[in-house]
Order: sequence, then C-alpha cells, then structure tokens
Amino acid sequence: MKIVVLVKQVPDTAADKRLDPDTLTVDRAAVDGLINEMDEFAVEEALQLVEKHGGEVTVVSMGPQDATDAYKKALQMGADKAVFLTDPVLAGSDVAATSYALAQVLGTLEYDLVLFGSEASDARTSVVPAMVAERLGVPQLTFASKVEIDGDAIKINRLTDYGHDVVEARLPAVVSVVEKINEPRYPSFKGIMAAKKKPVDTLDAAGAAIDPAKVGAAGSWTKVLDAAVAPPRAQGVIVTDEGNGGVDLADFLAAKKFI
Amino acid sequence: MAEILVLVDHADGAVKKVTLELLTKARALGEPSAVFIGSGFDDAKGRLAEYGAAKVYVAADPELTGYVVAPKAELLAKLVADVAPALVLVPATAEGKEIAARLAVKTNSGLLTDAVDVTADGDGFAAEQSIFGGSSVVHSAVSAGTPIIAVRPNSTPPVPQDAAAERVDVSVELSDAAKLAKVVDRVVVPKGDRPELTEAAIVVSGGRGVGSAESFAVIEALADQLGAAVGASRAAVDSGWYPHQSQVGQTGKTVSPQLYIACGISGAIQHRAGMQTSKTIVAVNKDAEAPIFELVDYGVVGDLFKVVPQVTDEIVKRK
Ligand SMILES: Cc1cc2nc3c(=O)[nH]c(=O)nc-3n(C[C@H](O)[C@H](O)[C@H](O)COP(=O)(O)OP(=O)(O)OC[C@H]3O[C@@H](n4cnc5c(N)ncnc54)[C@H](O)[C@@H]3O)c2cc1C
Ligand SMILES: Nc1ncnc2c1ncn2[C@@H]1O[C@H](COP(=O)(O)O)[C@@H](O)[C@H]1O
Repeated sequence: MKIVVLVKQVPDTAADKRLDPDTLTVDRAAVDGLINEMDEFAVEEALQLVEKHGGEVTVVSMGPQDATDAYKKALQMGADKAVFLTDPVLAGSDVAATSYALAQVLGTLEYDLVLFGSEASDARTSVVPAMVAERLGVPQLTFASKVEIDGDAIKINRLTDYGHDVVEARLPAVVSVVEKINEPRYPSFKGIMAAKKKPVDTLDAAGAAIDPAKVGAAGSWTKVLDAAVAPPRAQGVIVTDEGNGGVDLADFLAAKKFI
Repeated sequence: MAEILVLVDHADGAVKKVTLELLTKARALGEPSAVFIGSGFDDAKGRLAEYGAAKVYVAADPELTGYVVAPKAELLAKLVADVAPALVLVPATAEGKEIAARLAVKTNSGLLTDAVDVTADGDGFAAEQSIFGGSSVVHSAVSAGTPIIAVRPNSTPPVPQDAAAERVDVSVELSDAAKLAKVVDRVVVPKGDRPELTEAAIVVSGGRGVGSAESFAVIEALADQLGAAVGASRAAVDSGWYPHQSQVGQTGKTVSPQLYIACGISGAIQHRAGMQTSKTIVAVNKDAEAPIFELVDYGVVGDLFKVVPQVTDEIVKRK
C-alpha cells in the first residue's frame, strides 16, 4: 500500500505567535518551526498501517525553503521518503491555493491513501483535507478516530458533534486523523541516523506543474485587509483558598452579575 | 436587497442557536434566505421565520445526508449558480467548514473561516478573525467568486425579526464523486438537558484534577446552578470521564462564552486554544504555578473539591 502523509511546519505552539506587521503573514522567523503536532498522528497511523499491510510511506510538505523540520521529523519516525515543495511564488497562499498546490504534488505521486492531520495549529482552519479531496475527486474521510483497511475497502469512525459516524469508501481516499487515534512514537536514535540517508525530492512550483497564477498572495481568493495586535488581557485577581475561596469566588461572580 | 444564503445547522429540525445568530447577522447585510438540508423542516420553520428568513430553500432528499459533506456542497453550489447570492454564511463548525471548503473549490470562491464578525466593505464583505488565541485581530475579504464566510458560534446575540420563511423546494442531481464516502452508521451520544457547549453563555469545565467520572458530579452541580454547559480537558476525556463531544480545545470545541470556569485544568496551550477568547475566565487549581492562571480574570488557588462545592452552595444561598 502506498501512503502519502501531508505534514506542515508550524511555529512552535508554545511560543508567542505574531503577525508580521509588514507582510500580514505569520512571522515565522520569530519563533522556532516544528511539525504540526496533529500531523505526527497522521504519520504514526501511516506507519502502523504499513506495518500491518505492507507498503511505503511518503511525506509531503509545502513551506518556505528553511521549513525542513516537519518532513525530517516524519522521516525520523520512520517514513520512507519525502517530497518538499518550496518556491517563493507560494508565499502567502490561502487555504484554497494551498490545497491546489498540494493536490498538484499529489498528482505527481502514486497513492492508495492520503493522510492529513485534522487541523494545523497555526491557522486552525481544518479545511485543507476537504479541499484536497474535492480537487482529487476521491472519498473524503475526515476527523477519523479509527481507520480500518481491508483490501481496497476503508472504514473509519468520523468524530462528529453528536458522537461519531461510521463511514465506508473504496481506496484511494483522503483521510484526516484526530489525536484520539493513536500515540505517536518518538524517533529512535537509529531512526534519526537513518533519516539522514532517506531520499528527499525538493520540488519547485514548475516541478509540480503548479500554475504560478493560482498560488501565492496574488493567486489566492482571499486577502488580508488589516491586522492589529489585540490589547493583552488585564492581569486578573488570584486568591489562595484559606477556607473561604468558594465564597470569594461567589462574590466575584455576583459583582460580574453572573449570579 | 442582496440575497444572502445562510446554511441552517440543525438536528432533525431542531435549529441550533448559531443559525439564529447567522440570520441576525445576515439581516444587517442583506436579505437572508435559509438553506435547510435534511429532514424536519416543519419543526424548523417557526424558528427560521422568527429570526428573519425571508425564504427557505428546502432540500429534503435523504441522499444529501447519507454521505460525508460532499452532497451538501453540491446542493449549495447549485444554489449559488441559480440565485447568485451576494454572500454565503455557514456556521464555523467542523462540518460547516468542510462543506464551505468544498463549495469554495467548486465555485472558485474565496473562503474565510472562523469569523467573529462580518461587515459590509465597499460592495463586498469583510470578516473579522481573532487569531492566535485572541492576540491578533485580522480583517480579511474575499477577492474571487462568491464570498463564503464561516462564522463562529456565539459571535453575535440572536435578535428576532419576523419574516415569511417561504418554502422553496430545491434538489440537485448528485454526481458520483459526491457519493464516495457513505455514512453506514450514525452513533449519537445522549446529550442530556444542559445547554450545548458552543452555544452556552457559561461553561464549567473539569480536567484531570477532577480525578474520576463520578467526581464530575461536582462540576455538574456548579454548572446546573449557573445554567451552564459542562466541558472537559482532553485529559479528562481520554481518561473516559466525559464524552469527547465535551472536549474543549484545539482538537475539541472552541468556545467563547461570557464566563468560563476551569476546574483542575492546568491550561496547556491546546486547551487554551479552545477557550481563551471567553469574555471572563475563572480557574480553580491547587497549583499556583498552573499556566491557566496567566489567563484568568479571577483565580482561586485551592482544592477544587473544597472550592467548587462551596461556591455552588453559596450560589444556592444567594438565589
Ligand atoms: C495534538 C494535540 C491536541 C490536543 N488537543 C487538546 C484539546 O483539544 N483540549 C485539551 O484540553 N487538551 C488537548 N491536548 C492535551 C493538552 O496538551 C494537555 O495534555 C491537556 O489539556 C491536559 O489536561 P488537564 O489540564 O486536565 O490535565 P493536567 O495538565 O494533568 O492538569 C491537571 C491540573 O489539575 C490540578 N489539580 C489536580 N488535583 C486538583 C484538585 N483536587 N483541585 C484543584 N486542582 C487540581 C493540577 O494542579 C493540574 O494543574 C492536546 C494535545 C495534543 C498533542
Ligand atoms: N503547507 C502544508 N504542507 C503540507 N501539509 C499541509 C500544509 N497545510 C496544511 N496541510 C495539511 O492539512 C492539514 C489541515 O490543515 P488546515 O486545514 O490548514 O488546518 C494539516 O494537518 C496537514 O496535514
């Protein structure tokens, strides 16, 4: 089975993320980049499926030239090879343009299954997997908390607002995973050493037959008008319970008219 | 006035509050037409009329709900082509955003997600987005196609205004591509009588500090005195103490209530991602160093099993 996993490099979630006031995009230089945490769950699921059914795992990542940590982490975990799409024309792509670029890369690859994380922690849109499924014309099995494959049949549990749906389709398919699905492995020392020798195919836009007019800030269908840093939250009041903490809290709630 | 399509979020005709919010918002920008997909329109009609839907496009074909999102996107794409609306508003729920995503690709239209406000901007619309946990505010606009904007629940107070909610039946010939991911079973976890998490004005959440499923009774008792919804951290959900639909955070729900009370929750970045735009934040945690205290308007350092029952009793007394 050929599995492709899409991994995004994002600013460290623990760091303070900011918009660059000049470019109105995320100021990536200001914080460390790393693999979108949720995408580690997608890599783990791919590795487990290949351990069970055989096959190989290719990771695909799109980002600025130095955003190589995400796919490297996936290779260290055990993915076989990587495709890295990087080109200055892609800078500023919105979700639709990103999904177009990723679908074009997928068009250069063979796959039975395309795995995504269900959300990137920086933009938090959760729409790229659905957009890619729409573009590829393959089944969309998103927000999966469980994936089962039997021949070319795939069945997932899709988490919903009310519980879950059981969804069935035929491969090839697009799947996005939630963090309930597994426990991502840590790369072993051996894995870290082996990753250095794994093939990485670096593509530019032309290499993936991407029409430059459809990507980047100019090719996007949305535009940022303005951005501002919101005033920080005012420092709150913190009390230590010495037997009256609940009463103090009730006073606060009453003062705020909640009771 | 320009027609604005509002995708109705409902469960068998029980209309979700976010729909009323979207109708209210749409009335300020044009003339709202609701789009009702699935069964139960008769139960929904009253609410949609009460909140100003001039027209309701009703698509009741069961095939539309038998597959993952793609059929709904096809139905909306057909409506967009037929009625040429000025704007499409959908709820920024997981499913609403996916429908919008596919619709955007089908109609070559720009999509803005997670808007907390939508305003007129020249002859178009601007969406306000609160990003990075409310640390930045961004205004964006759609520059191609029909603007599609996914609006967060609890962004605007719903205000009634009567309209006809005239029923217009619509249908679409589904493509094969829309029928690739078949829903074979739908598992509904009973929800109880408490308000819906994303709709509630007050949310009381419990985390690992609550310690067990039984002990969530302490959280529920406070929630019930406040008329609040109950939320949970991932640690509490993964321990099996509370259902995943109650998870607040990056991979759970994003809530923005008037008041959020976090009990026994440390305030990990992934939890904060789902609650830090709440208007007033309160925490009870026995560790004074817990990061949740960086966010709070009011924090109590103490044992939740002492503080939470005490505040609950106090509320009862003061009623
Ligand atoms: C990809 C990914 C997605 C995630 N998504 C989410 C998400 O959506 N939502 C989410 O919540 N988490 C999410 N997490 C997990 C997150 O990182 C934290 O692990 C989780 O939020 C911790 O939950 P907690 O605060 O309940 O537990 P802990 O961090 O263990 O904190 C428990 C707190 O309870 C306090 N406490 C203990 N006993 C008492 C007592 N008797 N009285 C008062 N206080 C007490 C302790 O001092 C401590 O601060 C995600 C993680 C990953 C990797
Ligand atoms: N630039 C990118 N490169 C590779 N994968 C991406 C990229 N952007 C988004 N994805 C994938 O799409 C998923 C959902 O992202 P999003 O829709 O942006 O929240 C992520 O978890 C990744 O799997």
